[in-house]
Amino acid sequence: MEPHPITGMYNGKFGIWLFLASEVMLFGALFSTYILLRVGAPEGTWPQHGADILNVPLAAFNTVVLIGSSVTMVMAWAYLKMKRIGMGQLFLAATFLLAGTFLVVKYFEYTEKFHHYAVFLNARMAVEGYEGQVTTISGHLAADSPALTRASNTGAYQAPEFVILEPDPPKGGGDHPPVVRIDGAQIKRLSDFGPRHSTFLATYFTMTGLHGLHIVGGMIVIGYFLATGSRFASHNLDKYANRIECTGLYWHFVDLVWIFLFPVLYLL
Amino acid sequence: MSHHEMSVEDVRKHVRVYLLVLAALMVLTAVTVGVFYLHLPIAAAVLVALAVASVKGTLVACYFMHLISERGLVFWILGLIAIFFAALMFLPVLTDMDSAGV
Repeated sequence: MEPHPITGMYNGKFGIWLFLASEVMLFGALFSTYILLRVGAPEGTWPQHGADILNVPLAAFNTVVLIGSSVTMVMAWAYLKMKRIGMGQLFLAATFLLAGTFLVVKYFEYTEKFHHYAVFLNARMAVEGYEGQVTTISGHLAADSPALTRASNTGAYQAPEFVILEPDPPKGGGDHPPVVRIDGAQIKRLSDFGPRHSTFLATYFTMTGLHGLHIVGGMIVIGYFLATGSRFASHNLDKYANRIECTGLYWHFVDLVWIFLFPVLYLL
Repeated sequence: MSHHEMSVEDVRKHVRVYLLVLAALMVLTAVTVGVFYLHLPIAAAVLVALAVASVKGTLVACYFMHLISERGLVFWILGLIAIFFAALMFLPVLTDMDSAGV
């Protein structure tokens, strides 16, 4: 496949670069919004570090997984260029598996957030194990806590009669404080650590959710080439290698976005 | 040299570079996480985190996305992306100045 005389590359690759340009704008708008929301957040409403709420070791593991998948992707292309179709497909399969690993880890991260609750109180309250009095208690619902129901119009949790909470250890470490019973009259708002919890978590779920959808999109394309690639490659290996290169360009971009999302959301 | 005329030996050289870039990316990921646990002041933490992420991003774009061996029109597109992206990043600053003047 000859490069186009004006663009200097074959048309499919040029098309992918144009698509990636639009993707930079999409994620750029979200990063810009993140800065605006963070700078404008009233004091005390944005966590000091994302790590106060999010799981850094899991995200660091996922960073390594995604970088690994970028390498296996580019290796798939390199082996196809060396006319070794079997090895190329093997690296493509490894990319698919690493992408799946990323999503599985993300699933556990998300699930943990939806089973973790914050109780915002009407007035300051003393909680055993915490210094002074607190206005918010976070933790997991005890097994004997009544089931929560959501309002049908807003989806927010309805005010419960009471909740029984296993509070998180205080910031800076320490043992789990004993279980507390909080009456409904003391509760201003109750939320899991989903997007409704705060502007920070809404931003986190929007950005990582959109990134996760890009991973799913990439897996669909990689899965398609895993299923059909060997036959395609035996007919026209050069064209197949080009398709894998284009898929790789998209995949490396998805990796690149995560390289910025990880420090911005988790560490800063 | 464009990719359609690469020899097997050329590709082997590429593969060695990919493995070096992988090692560099892993080290830089460790640096990102390690620096976080140093609990630097916020300005320094932002600077270090974004600088390391930018180096990692550049490595990915140059070597995995082959930008280092591309020529021609794609750099005009990338230049435009850079300008519009910078404009997007400066929007919050402009908004802040606007409200500060009221």
